[in-house]
Amino acid sequence: MAKVIVWGSLKPHTGGKTTVEIEARNVQELLARLGETYPGLQNQIKRGVSVSIDGLIYREGWLEPLKPDSEVFLLPRMQGG
Amino acid sequence: MPLDNAPDSKRKYNVVGTRPLRPDGIDKVTGRAKFGADATAPGQLVGRILRSPHAHAKIRSIDTSKAEKLAGVKAVITRDDFPDHTDGDSGLYDTMYNIMAREKALYEGHAVAAVAATTPAIARQALKLIKVDYEVLPHVTDVDDAMKSNAPVLNNKMFTDGVDPKPKKASNVARRFEFGHGDVEAGFKRADIIVERSFKTEATHQGYIEPHAALASMSPDGSAELWCCTQGHYMVRDVCARILGIDISRLRVTQSEIGGGFGGKTTVFIEPVALALSRKANRPVKVVMTRDEVFKATGPTSATSMDIKIGVTKDGLITAADGTFRYTGGPFAGCSPAEFGAMSAFAQFHLDNVRAIGYDVLCNRPKTISYRAPGAPMANFAVESVIEELAHKLGMAPIDFRIKNAAREGTRSSYGPVYGQIGLGATLEAAKNHPHFKAPLGPNQGRGMAAGFWFNFGGQSCVSLNIPIDGTITVSVGSPDIGGSRASMCMMVAEELGIGYDQVRAIIADTSSLGHNDVTDGSRTTFATGMACILAARDAIKKLCARAAATWGIPEDAVTWEKGYAKPAGANAGNFQPLSLKEIAAASPGTGGPIAGHHEYSADGAGVSFATHICDIEIDQETGASKIVRYTVIQDAGKAVHPSYVEGQFQGGAVQGIGWALNEEYIYGKDGRLQNAGFLDYRIPVCSDLPMIDTMILEIPNPGHPYGVRGVGETSIVPPLAAIANAVAAATGVRFTQLPMSPPRILKGIEDAKASGAKKAA
Repeated sequence: MAKVIVWGSLKPHTGGKTTVEIEARNVQELLARLGETYPGLQNQIKRGVSVSIDGLIYREGWLEPLKPDSEVFLLPRMQGG
Repeated sequence: MPLDNAPDSKRKYNVVGTRPLRPDGIDKVTGRAKFGADATAPGQLVGRILRSPHAHAKIRSIDTSKAEKLAGVKAVITRDDFPDHTDGDSGLYDTMYNIMAREKALYEGHAVAAVAATTPAIARQALKLIKVDYEVLPHVTDVDDAMKSNAPVLNNKMFTDGVDPKPKKASNVARRFEFGHGDVEAGFKRADIIVERSFKTEATHQGYIEPHAALASMSPDGSAELWCCTQGHYMVRDVCARILGIDISRLRVTQSEIGGGFGGKTTVFIEPVALALSRKANRPVKVVMTRDEVFKATGPTSATSMDIKIGVTKDGLITAADGTFRYTGGPFAGCSPAEFGAMSAFAQFHLDNVRAIGYDVLCNRPKTISYRAPGAPMANFAVESVIEELAHKLGMAPIDFRIKNAAREGTRSSYGPVYGQIGLGATLEAAKNHPHFKAPLGPNQGRGMAAGFWFNFGGQSCVSLNIPIDGTITVSVGSPDIGGSRASMCMMVAEELGIGYDQVRAIIADTSSLGHNDVTDGSRTTFATGMACILAARDAIKKLCARAAATWGIPEDAVTWEKGYAKPAGANAGNFQPLSLKEIAAASPGTGGPIAGHHEYSADGAGVSFATHICDIEIDQETGASKIVRYTVIQDAGKAVHPSYVEGQFQGGAVQGIGWALNEEYIYGKDGRLQNAGFLDYRIPVCSDLPMIDTMILEIPNPGHPYGVRGVGETSIVPPLAAIANAVAAATGVRFTQLPMSPPRILKGIEDAKASGAKKAA
């Protein structure tokens, strides 16, 4: 199961946990299951998120595969100037 | 997806890394280049926008009847001409609200109506005939005031997100973010020295020289064309189509040359208004902003208020870092880059205990828009000022203190992920060994430094590469060229094909000619669109090899491409004379028709970026006037495709940071109106204010790009604010915690310090 770490202020939506475990083959599945498991996260996911998988940031990459032991950080959707 | 072929460190480049002439240079210096306001169409009308004189007011009614009757007026539009097609998309709704006010005007300069007329004089007269009945409301422009419990609330449906439990009372605090790891309180208990300070910065504008301009032509059948200056014409197309309720494919947007953007042209302002006027008037309509409108109605960056606390052991190891970052976002939620300020603030350090809290705050200012590394420069100013102060308290050289605590490969970043290969340490070591660092200082001069970070990202790009019968190349890209990307694209294609740079030209295609391309932002274009160019060139090479194989009657995989020629892959493939690109192109009509390469891509793996800046400043102790006497930028570019452009990005970011640190600021009156909406009163640095900015390009390859390229456009604006503040502190003995450090503020700081007889914060 991938280890998913959410940023601190999303904790209220994950029962106070910053780290949750999700079974998913790729980012798309991971976000869908995160939203199903923790409905409070759906607003943020809809608003836009980026993810970091094992240290590498993905702004889109919905089909990026996840390894069973991947460390995934949920991050605000990257913006730039 | 990231590319799986890491850069070949032994590769010798023929074109990449050289400094050819820029392809747009002659047109720009001779005036042939067409910018946004240069577009014309037969029968075009003049569009003008009526703007709110109030910082915050309910719009009771708008009477346009007299304006509509004025001879020469062809259309008048208001909020009623923008029915809500946003389908619950709150971000899109806010964008629509920003381009034309609905129930309330939310800042001075908020659009409330627009006219299209046959002449500018008639358009101006028509604006005066529009009667808007306002109910003026209390306003707030300061971020700290906006967070107070008794502040005027801009949106009574705004309940702070990210707070547990969710508040039941509406406020101007839209969102709270928290990042970090470890136990900050425990870390501070282990500290021998703690420095804690509060900082404020004012909003600054991106300051692009070219005002926004758009020419729209909408037919009665609902199809439309738009010419405009923007950093992302696909974004303009998609947003305008959705606001106007038309199919995306019916709107064709062509991007003009751009006179600067720096993040400020990553959204729409006048484009939907011009289209709506054209739809109503059934004539083309051109809208060009005045400088006053640019300042009052387009996006500045956030004003901020920040608290920083950092603890260290007496050996100079940071035990804990804590920061609170409050950023204005204008009148809509989700517009301030507070989260990126909080995420980037401590990113250059290896920290076991770190916490960064960001607040996105509404106020009666224009909607905040990205500005080069959005959110990072202000946070960096605060953190790197405290770092410098801690180094002095420790009796350590600031550079050694930074090196000791620098993030490195394997460091868990302050925003979460673990770093791979990064170049921060190299920039710090290069700074320490740079001649600038050892040069003597003159009287009243001080030296400061700072290190900064930015994320960079990739995104979607689509490239087509056409080979006509003479074997020259046209590359069609959809990423607006805001910093020399056309040259870089040509160079990467030439490198792949093994031909000269002068054989390749790049154009920016319109939205109907090429697949989607994301906005040119996030330092993404040379990395992501460049990678699409490389892959489109490789696609073309495959096809060129196939033509050669068919000509020779051998299998395609028996042909290889070398230095612009198709050759048999080995002795077993046969003995054939190599075919040049020009020969294959000339034969193409008879060997299968046109040859083109394509690639569509969503690139990731951009690789984070770090820079270290050194600044020498001289302060006139009697007037507070400052002069930058020497400035050096050291930054990791991964691989510099065109080193002159990379240096230009380094210098440009530094100059904008210098303006932000020393002079630029939005000044609001008590009435909530902007007092300095023009370049006479809003002082950006000009060449005569500055020394030549020295640069040093480091090349630590990004494993996510075949040449090792990293984005370079944004990081260079991150360290200047702090580097200059540290230099001013060294020159004056006074630690300034508020920007800009304008002459009056510096003079007051010096005089206050003299009066109190002690060094103190100002």
